[in-house]
Amino acid sequence: MASKQLNGSQIVLKALVDQGVEDVFGYPGGAVLPLYDEIFKQNQLRHILVRQEGGAVHAAEGYARSTGKVGVVLVTSGPGATNAVTGLTDALMDSVPIVCLTGQVPTHLIGNDAFQEADTTGITRPCTKHNYLVKDINDLARVVHEAFHVARSGRPGPVVIDLPKDVLMGQGPYSPPTEAGHKSYRPQLKGDAAQIRRAVGLMASAKRPLFYCGGGVINSGPEASRLLKTLIKKTGYPCALTLMGLGAYPASDKQFLGMVGMHGTYEANMAMHDCDLMINIGARFDDRVTGRLAAFSPGSKKIHVDIDPSSINKNVSVDIPVIGDVAHVLKEMLAVWKTERAKPDTPALKAWWRQIGKWQKRDCLSYKTNSKVIKPQQAIQRLYEATKGHDDVFITTEVGQHQMWAAQFFKFDNPNHWLTSGGLGTMGYGLPAAMGVQVAHPKALVVDIAGEASTMMNIQEMSTIAQYRLPVKVFILNNHYMGMVRQWQDLLHGSRYSETYMDSLPDFVKLAEAFGAVGLRATRPNQLDNVIKEMLATDKAVIADIRVDKMENCFPMIPSGAAHNEMLFGNNGDDSLASEEGMVLV
Amino acid sequence: MNPQPEQINEHTISVLVDNEAGVLARVVGLFSGRGYNIESLTVAEVDPENALSRITILTSGTPMIIEQIKAQLGRLVPVHKVNDLTLEGPHVARELAMVKVVGSGEKRVESLRIADIFRARAVDSTNKSFVFEIVGDTGKVNAFIKLMEKLGLTEVSRTGVVAIARGTKGI
Repeated sequence: MASKQLNGSQIVLKALVDQGVEDVFGYPGGAVLPLYDEIFKQNQLRHILVRQEGGAVHAAEGYARSTGKVGVVLVTSGPGATNAVTGLTDALMDSVPIVCLTGQVPTHLIGNDAFQEADTTGITRPCTKHNYLVKDINDLARVVHEAFHVARSGRPGPVVIDLPKDVLMGQGPYSPPTEAGHKSYRPQLKGDAAQIRRAVGLMASAKRPLFYCGGGVINSGPEASRLLKTLIKKTGYPCALTLMGLGAYPASDKQFLGMVGMHGTYEANMAMHDCDLMINIGARFDDRVTGRLAAFSPGSKKIHVDIDPSSINKNVSVDIPVIGDVAHVLKEMLAVWKTERAKPDTPALKAWWRQIGKWQKRDCLSYKTNSKVIKPQQAIQRLYEATKGHDDVFITTEVGQHQMWAAQFFKFDNPNHWLTSGGLGTMGYGLPAAMGVQVAHPKALVVDIAGEASTMMNIQEMSTIAQYRLPVKVFILNNHYMGMVRQWQDLLHGSRYSETYMDSLPDFVKLAEAFGAVGLRATRPNQLDNVIKEMLATDKAVIADIRVDKMENCFPMIPSGAAHNEMLFGNNGDDSLASEEGMVLV
Repeated sequence: MNPQPEQINEHTISVLVDNEAGVLARVVGLFSGRGYNIESLTVAEVDPENALSRITILTSGTPMIIEQIKAQLGRLVPVHKVNDLTLEGPHVARELAMVKVVGSGEKRVESLRIADIFRARAVDSTNKSFVFEIVGDTGKVNAFIKLMEKLGLTEVSRTGVVAIARGTKGI
């Protein structure tokens, strides 16, 4: 069959277009010059030029998580690829579908320590879901299509395709995507029917049930969130979400208990500890959620729905594992609930909600405001109130105290609108991620809730934001400290603030102006609302420097090595220090 | 659910993979990256037509760790099948070793006698040395090598375990 021959770069671009790609985040260099030359000659794909490759991957993550599509990255060989490693690891930990094209030295130079050569497939093997080195142009089109299939199916993740320059310049055939996607990779979507029946049986007989749901619901698509809501409404059971799951169930609903885990709400964590049935939908019993494993929810039976078999029984032994896609399994669960005419145990459920009501009365997120200094919690709460009127609000965060406060005080009613680095905890994620979200949703309001330390980690992307006129809002809770690290120094290291004070910070207002954005500042509580208002009314990128209480810490908190019923409440409770055993944990 | 969480057992796991570049690195990297043990590992192509290789891994861990190892192997993209031969019923496991013994006189004769008992074959011989080839389960190979230690053992090369389930069923 004499199909038309294309050059390698044309094959790659054609495959991207056939995969529905519209935007690519990248940075050129020697090894990918042929690809960039083809990008120059076409107008189907838009290339967003970032300022550092790390920014490209986070931007693609933001793009992917806010759209449900695969995010695409294009970087050069050597340092281009190694700079992408943090973003790839982040995407792996948080199950974000990414295809990252990396340039490579020509095949005959591989292994020769050539200029800008790195063993990219070797380096990225443990931080990708899968990776490829394409040595034969005849494999090129198939590999690109396969990479998209692998990135988005099953538990999503990043895939690297390493492209030697001679392959990009050679001539070869193009083949369109196939139905199968991959010769053998077929993640199980439908859950086992018998297991689902058993799970529903347990659900109907539970006295103190709790839904514990995570990012798997969001990754399964918007339909999964709708089905989850239907099921939870039908049962009348309480629901708690993980950091990654926020938005999977509406925060404004009265059956929502808040976030679970280290900085989760008292009611969510106590419910987790005391429940007799835990229904885990798409969460992975992460150590930030479980606290001390030996004391984790000791009296409960556990159902665990997950598409990744390796998540089952990894940290916590469960009674009923269901391997499958969340939406598929929820649909089946609802069907069985209906056909079996299952009904919740109403008296028991009433008593359970009474108990939960008592925990809620503890008002664990309360904090005291004053007229002199802005409380960080207050800043987020005011921001949330001010954004309520907007149709489409996306929040990204960096990593640290501000991230936890954002998770506690910003309420999400819809999936895919909350983007944060959960698994890897990557400082510098939020700004480029917000950029990626804004590229995908030009009209939406995109706010990076940030700390001053994290912002500095990828500040160069302000230049990208300027180039593409992206009206991203960077809302910095500036306390002059790496706040979360300092909080741990308070708890565990005698308040010796070793290297956590951020000296010589830039003037963020002037910095914004230098990047062609608008700089705003609030130093006193009475300025806060006006600054937020002005920020939201500005049709350009904004950096808002919100000077907050320098010494505020984030509570409630389960200190490392403690159980869910051993929470600290900070200023509004009686605290003891974390345990010695907890000190060795992170 | 988890009756003996601390009980560490040895398991023979068979993994059918695409014979492609980097697949062994993926499997080995998984074990080192997650802190699992490899007691032995053997790999060779078994189906050239479909480019499939079979990796036999001898590993050890608690039941929860073994379950994790299998699940983690299973989610590697080029992995087709993971079978826990230890759990799935009786299986035959064999190793091949080549054992070089250097010596003369009575020791040399004794090594030949023991080799005969173990049904090891001499595959190379000089006036002062033998290379024995021995096939058997790990215990038998260990026992043979132990006996050779006093008889001039100078070098050992072992394949690691290959294994297959007994009976009619294929993987």
